[in-house]
Order: sequence, then structure tokens, then C-alpha cells
Amino acid sequence: MFSSIFMTFAITLMYSTPLAFAAIGGVICERSGIVNIGLEGMMSIGAFTGVAVGYYTGSPWLGFLCGGLAGGLLALLHAVASITFMADQTVSGIAINLIGPGLSLFLSRLLFHGATTTLPVPKKLPKLINISSVNFNVDITVLLALIVVITAWFIMRRTKWGLRIRALGEHPAAVDTLGVSVYRSRYACVILSGILAGFGGASVTLAIISQFTPTAISGQGFIALAAVIFGKWRCSGAYLACLLFGFAQALVVVLGGGNLIIPSDILAMLPYILTIVVLILFVGNSSAPKASGKPYQKGSR
Amino acid sequence: MEISKDYAVQMRGIMKSFGDFKVLDDVNLDVKKGTIHAILGENGAGKSTLMNILYGLYTADAGEIYLNGEVADIKNPHLAINNGIGMVHQHFMLIDKFTVLQNIILGSENTNKFGVIDMKKEKKRVIEIIKEYNLKVDLSSRIRNISVGMQQRVEILKALYRGVDILILDEPTAVLTPMEIDDLIDIMRDLVKNGKTVIIITHKLKEIIRSSNECAIIRKGKLIGSVKVEDETEQSLAEKMVGRKVRLSVERTPSDFGKDVFEVNDISVRSIRGIQTVKNLSFKIRQGEIFGIAGVEGNGQKELIEAIIGIRNVESGKIKINGKEIQNTSNLNVLNNGISIIHDDRHKYGCILDFTVSENMILNKCRQKPFSKNGLLNDSVRDKFTDELIEKYDVRPKNCKNMRMASLSGGNQQKLVIGREISNNPDLLIAVQPTRGLDVGAIEYVRKTLIDLRDKGKAILLISLELDEILDVADTISVIYNGEIVGTFSNETADENKIGLLMAGGKNNEKIG
Repeated sequence: MFSSIFMTFAITLMYSTPLAFAAIGGVICERSGIVNIGLEGMMSIGAFTGVAVGYYTGSPWLGFLCGGLAGGLLALLHAVASITFMADQTVSGIAINLIGPGLSLFLSRLLFHGATTTLPVPKKLPKLINISSVNFNVDITVLLALIVVITAWFIMRRTKWGLRIRALGEHPAAVDTLGVSVYRSRYACVILSGILAGFGGASVTLAIISQFTPTAISGQGFIALAAVIFGKWRCSGAYLACLLFGFAQALVVVLGGGNLIIPSDILAMLPYILTIVVLILFVGNSSAPKASGKPYQKGSR
Repeated sequence: MEISKDYAVQMRGIMKSFGDFKVLDDVNLDVKKGTIHAILGENGAGKSTLMNILYGLYTADAGEIYLNGEVADIKNPHLAINNGIGMVHQHFMLIDKFTVLQNIILGSENTNKFGVIDMKKEKKRVIEIIKEYNLKVDLSSRIRNISVGMQQRVEILKALYRGVDILILDEPTAVLTPMEIDDLIDIMRDLVKNGKTVIIITHKLKEIIRSSNECAIIRKGKLIGSVKVEDETEQSLAEKMVGRKVRLSVERTPSDFGKDVFEVNDISVRSIRGIQTVKNLSFKIRQGEIFGIAGVEGNGQKELIEAIIGIRNVESGKIKINGKEIQNTSNLNVLNNGISIIHDDRHKYGCILDFTVSENMILNKCRQKPFSKNGLLNDSVRDKFTDELIEKYDVRPKNCKNMRMASLSGGNQQKLVIGREISNNPDLLIAVQPTRGLDVGAIEYVRKTLIDLRDKGKAILLISLELDEILDVADTISVIYNGEIVGTFSNETADENKIGLLMAGGKNNEKIG
């Protein structure tokens, strides 16, 4: 009994961590006024790059870092399209979601002898806590994610950058007239969101599993996006939402392992169903950043 | 005039084009330090563009700017602020969800080396400025919860917080009540007394006469001249602005009222947020009467209009046209019962900018014969009808029927919308801010059209935020405040000061005068 409670707790943290990285990235990006549905693609490329670098260098930490960079690079593409060229942000995000996994598979075939699944990394990221007697282990990434959440929360609430990011998503023209560059600030936010999503992806493949598979990232980016919305575009809210989704995943694992009569396929749908239910029930229409999704054109008339 | 350090701003030979259209053509401007300088011109004359260039939002194609006698290169607003220039835009640049204090410090925050804002220190600094210039405002309120007049103060505070010496105000009185306008003029005088220079962009003559020392007049992108305001009258300024003789107030003869046409009886309406914004409101309109409702924005006008035209349900009460109840039916039913409306926001409700002019003219007629038959539109009937409207309402250019609505000027768009609504031959015409954003010539035309319609025995409901318009046109004037009618006057007995007071929530001791 105790062991399954510990296990549920551990799995909740484990699954919510990649989501938390990506969701915080999503919050920052959307608060600056750019819709980022490309989190999924950015997580995928991060997941692959993390493993590839980790495998060839033997250092999981270097892999983790490069995973973030890869996500940031893909986000740069989104930024160029949606900020400089004022493309539709949803369409650009969909493109990112197609490019991310596609590019990962392509590179995987190139680097791992034609296989879409990479070889496992020699060393995973270390565990923070590991008590095998009660099935309780916590990855170091859990702590990192928590630090990211708290730092992001502090920046958004207390610093001038946070104030400006929040203003950008509401009324970019106002920010522009105060002498702050809308383009540059938004670029920074979008790229940062990509880096965080990349960390999220890498934390799946370097902490939870140890290799990249085509299904390593399957919908986590979208769940993170749902967490952004469910968390009402706040860091704290988004993190709590991630914990909830992580908990749903933990239930899948814990209940699936028992002698329940529910087929495991149905059970596996739980996190996704929860996403839809939560979005229908709890999200009002008032809290989205007002200027989100609208390209900003200086001095348009 | 020589370049000299007695002048806060001097602009020389400013040129600016948008595409092929020359917005500013060799404009010079001299603003003396420590004065209030007005820039007068019709809509589209280029006055806002000129000031946007001074503030660095646009770059001039040619020309120089001198500040205090020295040449300045103002490429962006950041440099403008560094050079001591601040601007309060016509559409406020405020963030609704932020507090007043957050809005003031945004972009110029005082922080420690980690970027953390010291809110206490900021608050102290802002309070000092508030005291110095007597600009009372609650720093912890959120922008969306304070009045437009207060929001304007926040904008002025924003500029002062950045230590500007020159403050540009773009159409500052367009959205204010008469009392708020008085306050603003006091604030401007306080600013000048403290050594600041104020430039106001406006097309309202009365306020220039009351507030400014000098006035530059711009017509079609050219500087017509700079005048000392004390030598001018409203009439002389208007003629210089438009370039011909104009009538500032329309000629209206007393009307013979006929029988009651329209009645609103004790209605209450809730807004989209569920707040009761119209409370037990009643009035009647007779044939041949223009019934004006004056009031500051957000006092229930929107919900009242929506209830009348059938797009919002009333909670209680009745709305009757020719004795027939129409409340809580449908928009189509209201239209079929002889009510037409000219919306205040013609871009949002009045027309479809990407459609052609002739398509716009049949928007509310397309299901009627002869405009359509068996579900098929008849283009030749439509075009003929459009040509008639263009002719009758003097729309320019004459051959615009196949042009996009967006390519016409605001005045011509409005003429078309008004023409279309009047062609419905309504028993009641609702006109909401019908002259919003129009220039003097077009305003004259629209008001005259309304009065002509009244003389034909129609009933008109005029809802406007501009008290001058209501005083000028309406036979009966009611004031709406907080969802209630707080006073009703006949045009002859209406007193501007008293109405202004009621609009701002003052008490009325007398009933119909």
C-alpha cells in the first residue's frame, strides 16, 4: 500500500517534469503575445538532440544542454516566421510540429545506422533520491524544473522584464511607444520558450528513458500547451496543471499494473481525456493575453 | 523664423508620404518654450502624422527637427523620451489589466542590478510628481476600473515620470466630459507654469480658444499659417482650417411634434457581464422630434441600444414602436417594424470594409425584392440603387460603386451608411455618434440630414458622447447616468453647465425645464 502511494508520487513528479519545462516556456511565449503550439516539435528535437549528444560524448549534462539549444534553434524559426514575417502563428506552429519529429527521425537514421530508434545513452542524468525498497526515486530534473518554475515566476512578477513581457502580450503598441523594442523582446521570449521545451524533451530521454524513440514525445507538447491555458497563463497555475496531468499518468501506470478489469488501452487515454475535460470545464475566456496571436506591425495604419 | 533656443520645438521642411499620398508637404513649425501650442486641422490633414514624426514613431522623408535651438535626430520613441518629448496618444497606450503604478513605470523601471523593481521607491517618486502637478489618481487601481479622464491623467503622469519637457496631446478632449475638459485645461496650465511646453492636436475650436497661446493650422498636409489665438474667433479658425465659409451650428426651426411613435417603458437590461446597466429607464419620442441622449461612455448607452434593436434581451419593461411591442424579439423583427440604426463604429457594425460600395448598400436589403428573387441577387438593380444614393448624398468619388468601401474617406463612408439606413424609410432612426471621426464639412452635412429627416415627420433617437452635437441638433435632451435618465430638457431651456454636471453624476433638482 505504502509502496504504491510512493510510486504514484514518484511517477507524478516524473511525468510532470518534462511538461513543466515546456509549459513554463509556453507561458513566457504566450505572455509576450506569440502563440506557441510548436512546443511538441521543440520537445521532440530536444529529446533527440539530448540523446545524440549524450551518446556520442558520454555526458548526459552536455546532452541536456544541447537539447535545450536545439529547441531554441527551432523556436528561432518560429520567431522569424511569426514576428519578422508576420505569418499566422498557428500555421507556423503546426510547421514546427511537423519539422521537429521529422528532423529527429531523419537525423536518427543518419547517425544511428538507419534506425529510427537511437542507441541508449551510456549514462543517464543522476537521481536526486533513490530508495529502491519503497520504489521511490526522483530525478534531478524534477528539481531543475522546480527551479525553472520559481525563477520564471519571480521574473514575471517582480522584475522589469516580467512587467514588460506581460505588457507585450496585452498591448504591444504601448510598449513600443515607451521605447522598448517589441520585436527584440518577443524574439527573446520565443527562443527562451524553445530552449525550455527542448529541456523538457531532453528530460524525457535522458532521465526517464535512456534513448530516443519515435514515440518518446507523443503529445506531451500539447498537454503542456493545455497546462498553459488551464493554468491561466501563470507560471504557478501551469505547474499545478502539469502536476495534475502527471498524476493522471501515474494513475495509468499504478492502476494498469494491478488486476483491474479496465483494458490498459482505455486507461492510457486518461491524461488526454483529462486534458479535454479540464479545458472544457475550467477555462474561462477572460484570462488569455489580449494581443496573443496578433502579429505586431510598427506604425501600421 | 530663425532657429533659436527660445523655441522648444522647431520643425523645418518636413515631408512625408504614405505610398503615393503626400501626407505632409514642406511643413514648418515653431513652438515657443513654456506655451500651449495648438495644431489645428481636419481629419487626415496630417497633424497627427507631424506629431508622430516629432515623437519618432514615423520617420520624415525630408526635413529637420530642432529642440531648444539644436538639431535633433529622433529615430524612435526611445530617443524622443531621452530628448524630453512625451506624447499622449488619442487611443491611450495603457494596459487594462495593469495597475496605474505599473503602467506609469513600464519601460523606465528603477531596479536593482538583478532587474527587481523596488515598488515602494517607485510609488514614492510617482506620488511626488502627483503632488507637484496636482494630478490626483489612485495608484493601485487597475486601468480598466477607472474613468477615461483618469486614464488620461495616467498618460500625462507617464510622460512626467520620464522627465519630459515637451508634452504632445493628441485629440485629448475627444473622449472627455465637459467637466473633465475643464480639469484638463487646468492641468495644462499647471504644466506650463512649471516650465513645460504643451502641444495639443485637435479639431475642436472651442478648446483652442480657451486653452492655447498659439495655433498652427494645417490643411491637406500644408501649413496654412500660425496665429496668435487671442486675435482669433471660433469662426475665423474654422474658416482657416477648412478653407471656406462654414456654418458651425446647423439651422434648425422649431418642430411640430406629431403623435408618439416610439416608447421605452420602464426597461432594465443587464450587460454581458451580468451587471444591470440600464435601470427602469423610460422615454417617448414623437413624430418630428429629435430625442438626444447625452452621457459619458459606459453609462448604459450600449445596452440600451442593443435592447432596442433586438440583439439583447430586456429583463423587464416594454419597448414599443407604433404601439407594437418589440422587446425580446429579433433584430429582423425590429428592422421590419420600421427601426433603422446608424452605428457609432461604422467599421465594426455599419459596413464591411472589404466589400464593394454597392455590395455594402444592399446588406440589409438583399433578401427583399427587387434586390433578390428566388435567392438570386440582381446586380443591375443593386448598382442602380447605389448610383442613386451616391448622387443623392453627394458621395465622392462619383464612380465609387465598384470600389472597396475601405478606400473611401470616413465622411463618404458615413454618408453612404446614413443614406442606406434612411432609404429603409424608417419610422424611427437611431443615430449613435453619427459624426464620430468626421471633419467639419461632413459633420455639417450629417447634422443637416438628420434635421431634414425630422422635418419630414420622422422620429430620431440621437445618442452621443459629444454634448455640443446634442445641443446643436436635438429637440429634447435627456441625460443618462449610471443607467438612468437623470434629467430631461427642451432644447430652448437646456443649460450646458447643468447638463455637464448631470453627465458627471451631479444631482438635478429641477425636472423638465
